Amino acid sequence: MFRNQYDTDVTTWSPAGRLFQVEYAMEAVKQGSACVGLRSRTHAVLAAANKAASELSSHQRKVFRVADHAGVALAGLTADGRVLSRFLRSECINHAFVYDAPLPVSRLALRLADKAQVCTQRSWKRPYGVGLLVAGLDESGAHLYYNCPSGNYFEYQAFAIGSRSQAAKTFLERRFEGYNDYTPDQLIRDALSAIKETLQGEKLTSSNCTVAIVGRKDDGTVEPFESIDGKKIQEIIDSMEAAEEAPPPPAAAPAAGAGAAESSSMQEEDKGTDAVPMDI
Amino acid sequence: MSRRGDWVYENNGGTCVAVAGADYCVVAADTRLSVGYSILTRDHSKICELADKCVLASSGFQGDIKALHKNLAARELLYQHQHNKRMSCPAMAQLLSNTLYYKRFFPYYAFNVLGGLDSEGKGCVFTYDAVGSYERTGYSAQGTGSSLIMPVLDNQLKSPSPLLLPARDAVTPLSELEAVDLVKDVFASATERDIYTGDKLEIVVINKAGTKREYIDLRKD
Repeated sequence: MFRNQYDTDVTTWSPAGRLFQVEYAMEAVKQGSACVGLRSRTHAVLAAANKAASELSSHQRKVFRVADHAGVALAGLTADGRVLSRFLRSECINHAFVYDAPLPVSRLALRLADKAQVCTQRSWKRPYGVGLLVAGLDESGAHLYYNCPSGNYFEYQAFAIGSRSQAAKTFLERRFEGYNDYTPDQLIRDALSAIKETLQGEKLTSSNCTVAIVGRKDDGTVEPFESIDGKKIQEIIDSMEAAEEAPPPPAAAPAAGAGAAESSSMQEEDKGTDAVPMDI
Repeated sequence: MSRRGDWVYENNGGTCVAVAGADYCVVAADTRLSVGYSILTRDHSKICELADKCVLASSGFQGDIKALHKNLAARELLYQHQHNKRMSCPAMAQLLSNTLYYKRFFPYYAFNVLGGLDSEGKGCVFTYDAVGSYERTGYSAQGTGSSLIMPVLDNQLKSPSPLLLPARDAVTPLSELEAVDLVKDVFASATERDIYTGDKLEIVVINKAGTKREYIDLRKD
């Protein structure tokens, strides 16, 4: 970005009312490899593009199970992400221990956001350099949140973060309106398509992406948060490619999205807005 | 019952038994909850499935037992997250021992029997005292009816001395069905004479295929 005299530590405001260190932390998220998340009323899907440090190494884990009912995908400094995942796991376990119930996803996102905020207001700390897509299922249905290093968090119908995520966001923006009624399979396909957009020409295979899903089936049983097996992903990718030969199916978008009284009263943005550093 | 003003425990009674076989393990406990000479409920489970191949049965003070089970279940979840697999029975055995000894000077009033399959798929039973001393055995009974049941299990299942050659397994050569029948019989006997044991018997059988649960009626008096 640009160096100036107000960006030395996180506790210094700039005259324009910005905290540059926090904004720089958000840049770190943009450098990480892409992740997308999308949700229907009953299921939430996370997908990540795998990046390996070199051909010789294994790829980094970007999707973590946090509890049976929730998981995260991250972009940015994966080490920070690992530590935050451990924190989220222990929050879920402690909540279940005390209240004998799963931690609602909105509260999970809130805890994470509060933790991130602390690092923006202590001179001896630095902001976490990782953005997390938190996906989960609770009593009010499936949810997807994006937590940024600034401590802000928003609920989304679908979102993408990381490098080249704008391509995925454009793809999702066109289709998100129908997501509430999508089947889990359709969600997975769209997630894979969105990831494909970020690969920019590289071939999508099961070895360069990870997909995880959590949700409640029609009969009420809960499918716990789990990564989908590589073979199954490859099958879906293959069938998607085969379908591409045929004319693309009409992107079903029942305009019943008017059902406003969706979950929480908190600000929920539907699709990827351009990653604004700090939404004031 | 105790005259001390600061006595924080009470004994809710009940008996737990576990028997290990070559490729299965039977863990059983009655479902009566008592205090003093009264019954609080006839339908309370003392058994907790901690992992897919690991089941804990505890008798004693139910408040401590609930807390202990919750504690161990949370630790098992943490282990799952960290190691990407469920806890093995021997690992849980050590964790339980450490958890109990941690409160050496204000113990969990819980008498535990841990049963399951070890990493080779053989049945294993671990028996504990209230502060964590434990031993792997082929069978065990804990609780108010244990002194009535243990001698019978010794008679039926005890292996000859380990000094005798050829070395014999501690686990019983009995088949799964025979072991379950034995457990039902010993509980029926204990129910006759122990006032704290009765109502229903919950039997959990763990084997390669998974976990099965069954309930048998016991005398309700």
